[in-house]
Amino acid sequence: MGSSSRLFSGGRIDRNRPLHFRFNGRVYQGFEGDTLASALLANGVRVTARSFKYHRPRGIVGHGPEEPATLVELEGEDASGNRPATTVVLREGLSARSVNCWPSPGFDLGGVNQVLARFLPAGFYYKTFKWPNWHLFEPSIRKAAGLAAAPASPPASGHFEARHAHADVLVVGAGPAGLKGALESGRAGKRVFLADEGTEAGGSLLNRTLTIGARPAMGWVADAVAELHGMKNVTHLQNATVWAYREHNLLIVNERAPEQDSILERSWRVRAGEVVIATGATERAMVFGGNDRPGVMLASSVQAYVNRWGVAPGKRVALFTNNNSAYAVAADLAAAGIIVTAILDSRENVPPEALELVPDLPVHAATVAAGIFGHKRVRAVLAAPVSGGTPKWIRCDVLAHSGGWNPTVHLWSQSRSSLRYDEGMAAFLPDEAAQTCRAVGAAAGDLTLDQIVEGGADLPYAIEPLWRVDVPVQRGRAFLDIQNDVSVSDVHLALREGYCNVEHVKRYTTGGMGIDQGKTGNINIIGTVAMQQGLALPQVGTTTFRSPYTPVSFGAIGGLREDSVLFPYRHTPVTRWNKSNGAVMYEAGARWRRPGYFPKPGESLQEAVNRECRAVREGVGVYDGSPLGTFELKGRDVSEFLDFIYSNVMSSLKPGDGRYGLMLSDDGLILDDGVAFRLDEHRWMISTSTGHADTVNQHMEKLLQTEYPDWQVMITTVTSQWNNATICGPRAREVMQALGTDIDLSPQAFPFMSLRDGTVAGFPARVVRVSFTGELSYEVNVAPRHMAALWDKVMDAGAPFSILPVGSESNHVLRVEKGFLSLGHEVDGTIDAYDLGMGWVMSKKKPDYLGKRSVMLRRAGSATRRELVGILPEDPNQQIPEGAPLTPGGHRQATEGLVTACVWSVVNRRWVGLALLENGQARHGETAHVRLRDAVIPVTVTEPVFHDPDGPRLRS
Amino acid sequence: MLLIPCPYCGKRNESEFIHGGPVGADRPDPNAVSDAEWVDYLTVAPNPLGPVQERWWHARGCGEWLTIWRDTRTHDIVEAPDGIE
Repeated sequence: MGSSSRLFSGGRIDRNRPLHFRFNGRVYQGFEGDTLASALLANGVRVTARSFKYHRPRGIVGHGPEEPATLVELEGEDASGNRPATTVVLREGLSARSVNCWPSPGFDLGGVNQVLARFLPAGFYYKTFKWPNWHLFEPSIRKAAGLAAAPASPPASGHFEARHAHADVLVVGAGPAGLKGALESGRAGKRVFLADEGTEAGGSLLNRTLTIGARPAMGWVADAVAELHGMKNVTHLQNATVWAYREHNLLIVNERAPEQDSILERSWRVRAGEVVIATGATERAMVFGGNDRPGVMLASSVQAYVNRWGVAPGKRVALFTNNNSAYAVAADLAAAGIIVTAILDSRENVPPEALELVPDLPVHAATVAAGIFGHKRVRAVLAAPVSGGTPKWIRCDVLAHSGGWNPTVHLWSQSRSSLRYDEGMAAFLPDEAAQTCRAVGAAAGDLTLDQIVEGGADLPYAIEPLWRVDVPVQRGRAFLDIQNDVSVSDVHLALREGYCNVEHVKRYTTGGMGIDQGKTGNINIIGTVAMQQGLALPQVGTTTFRSPYTPVSFGAIGGLREDSVLFPYRHTPVTRWNKSNGAVMYEAGARWRRPGYFPKPGESLQEAVNRECRAVREGVGVYDGSPLGTFELKGRDVSEFLDFIYSNVMSSLKPGDGRYGLMLSDDGLILDDGVAFRLDEHRWMISTSTGHADTVNQHMEKLLQTEYPDWQVMITTVTSQWNNATICGPRAREVMQALGTDIDLSPQAFPFMSLRDGTVAGFPARVVRVSFTGELSYEVNVAPRHMAALWDKVMDAGAPFSILPVGSESNHVLRVEKGFLSLGHEVDGTIDAYDLGMGWVMSKKKPDYLGKRSVMLRRAGSATRRELVGILPEDPNQQIPEGAPLTPGGHRQATEGLVTACVWSVVNRRWVGLALLENGQARHGETAHVRLRDAVIPVTVTEPVFHDPDGPRLRS
Repeated sequence: MLLIPCPYCGKRNESEFIHGGPVGADRPDPNAVSDAEWVDYLTVAPNPLGPVQERWWHARGCGEWLTIWRDTRTHDIVEAPDGIE
């Protein structure tokens, strides 16, 4: 542990509230109001990190979200990775450790990479793909890649939350310009949302010693905050980063310390009438040899540590600048009793108002820093005259540097608003707004307080840009991006290798791609590219600013939208009965929870399914068909509409009759299959497969609302208005009679594919004779409020016939035995009705319906079609996995089809399957081969039906 | 996230809508066009840099299929459905 660097007085910390924390296993003490970074500096910890690529020792560079060097991993209850130490608010018991080093940043075995540095230049990683062999490099690169690990588990307590908000004015940033903007809008009665990323309002004023009128500027801030808190129309959040600016003035705010303890973080989505961007400015680094050594810090950050946290980052500080702002820093340091050993200014003519601020300090004009002496901490800086005179070493333990100021235009640019380069300020400034927003204060280029608040006193800003130090005596690597270890020579290499566009330079070198997104270095990269290519900065341009502005936890983005909340399961009124009767429940399409099968104690899945299937084939079974998509269509033109959307003719049906049909999309693909029943002249009911109900609804509504608005068709979704118990099996009629009904059940009066309204078991019911099992089948539809009672009565009435409930597993077996198709199994984006052997469903009479032209067009080509066939494994006890490929002769070559389903047939007492096979309809009786990884299974190709091929049972 | 003007519900978040794609040519009489014309109708969708006419379905709202003109460069909705600003 180093000696204490805490100043005896000053700072916005509470010295009566000491806090203990751990860093890399050692215990330290800080105060309420500290960040992890300020507390480490106060404890004299100088080497706080190792760099990503070369494992060079690094210290703390900045004081806020711009921090490029010191990333930490938090441990314990707030476990999270890659947090800049400057943004971690200190609390009692905090535990953090450095990333990128083992065992510690002071002694890091990865430091050997510093010796290898010249073999790891820009693009090194990409070149490993080309030569000699990526796999040679892969293990070590994978080991080195990444920063901190993701937390092992979600936070033990608390949750994330999301909220929507509307505002007339969203003000981003509670510095002087933001507070002023919020006050003006608030006083005008507008709904104001003010969000600031810091722990307290004030922005840059927190770090400086400025005055407004005759009193400290922070007094003005306190008054402004108090006035805002008195306004009911103002929402003011601190610890809340506006990290994304999206379309139509939607901005996303990450609030990290909501008042409620149970909420870890809150994500606000704010739709704003106007956005005031008062995000301030970020100081640029200087680019010179050794500018990454621990103790080389941003000048404004040194100033912030002294003024805001009462910490002296060094005892003897030298400054290096190309602009005026560092002189105010030097004055503050001197006032705090810190020795300023030199001010190196690259400008030949330092403005007199800057010199007046530091009358007693040694200023070296036209001089640059050209090197740093010291490895794990700064011991001296090499001061080199720009004109080429003799350089000399100047002692210091901190070098504070300022390369000028960049207005923080991230959100401005995210809004797609444009930037312009300002020669005088050597920075990119907001130009044309693309949405309803404006930039104010330092974000708009007004860097000094007198430009923002009346009565504010500040040193005028002046700069002569210096994109990198370029003197012959320069020593050591000069870094442009400290986080990703990108140096000037890397950018030069990228340009030599042809990556000349600034976006390409960025990706090739990874400059600006770190967690800090190059907040301190990106403009220097642009300047370096411009210098090398002899261009002006605007010709090079900026890279694209993208969200997030600073890292956001995934939890905050997700909020409460975890699976069960976002996609709740759907249930029918039979769920409770199913569960209490031992059903294994799972999702079966469109979030419906359905019973898979009903095992008896000790029974396997296959045994249970066989038992259920035998009941349906030999006696009677019942299943809950409520999830099927059901729609009622009314209107003058329904029959014409149905003829258009189904491939077969529906309009010829008489009331009470129905027909199976295919719905195609206009590109000829099968959209859905289902049945349509005519209830009345102008009233129809159609059903769709469970999983496609929403798709079919969208399809029909789009046609009617956009392309055929003249057709009178009204669609009502009635899936949840009708529940049904489908009683199926040779004894289904007997069960219906036992239930009691006023409907004549004789096959002559109530044949297959017809519908009757009446009462069943005392309930108003609509009974439909459709069948997905191939057996005599009555689908008894009742209102949902009667469904549970109907189900009980069916089980009672069916008991003498040994009725069994049937799950979706058995449904699958029964439909495969019959060769009934299932969308998603036999139908994919290549199959048409002819391939399925269902050419009869494609009307030849109708001149036009959706999909007809496309199917005909495709079939006019000579391409080989895959057609639906049945398959019988030569070994009847051989099961074939669904989806297994068929290859010619079972050889290891291109497939000629696939197995779409394979089930144990209770009627055939063997495994049977369905498959799509090239030219399959012409190959019945032949042998085909299923090719598995380690086996070939010969199968006999058959008709795709294994039970009751002519359908007398179905129609009985 | 876009703010989409629905003629019945007013301006609503994009997350309530399903995108219905750009508005192409009207469906031709399939028996009166060549194969190439039919394939063009099915596969060539307008994709301009600038205003595009497109459809949105207010699926998690009133169910209206609506048509807007949106500038693909700026996301500005340059023309809303009738009766909406």
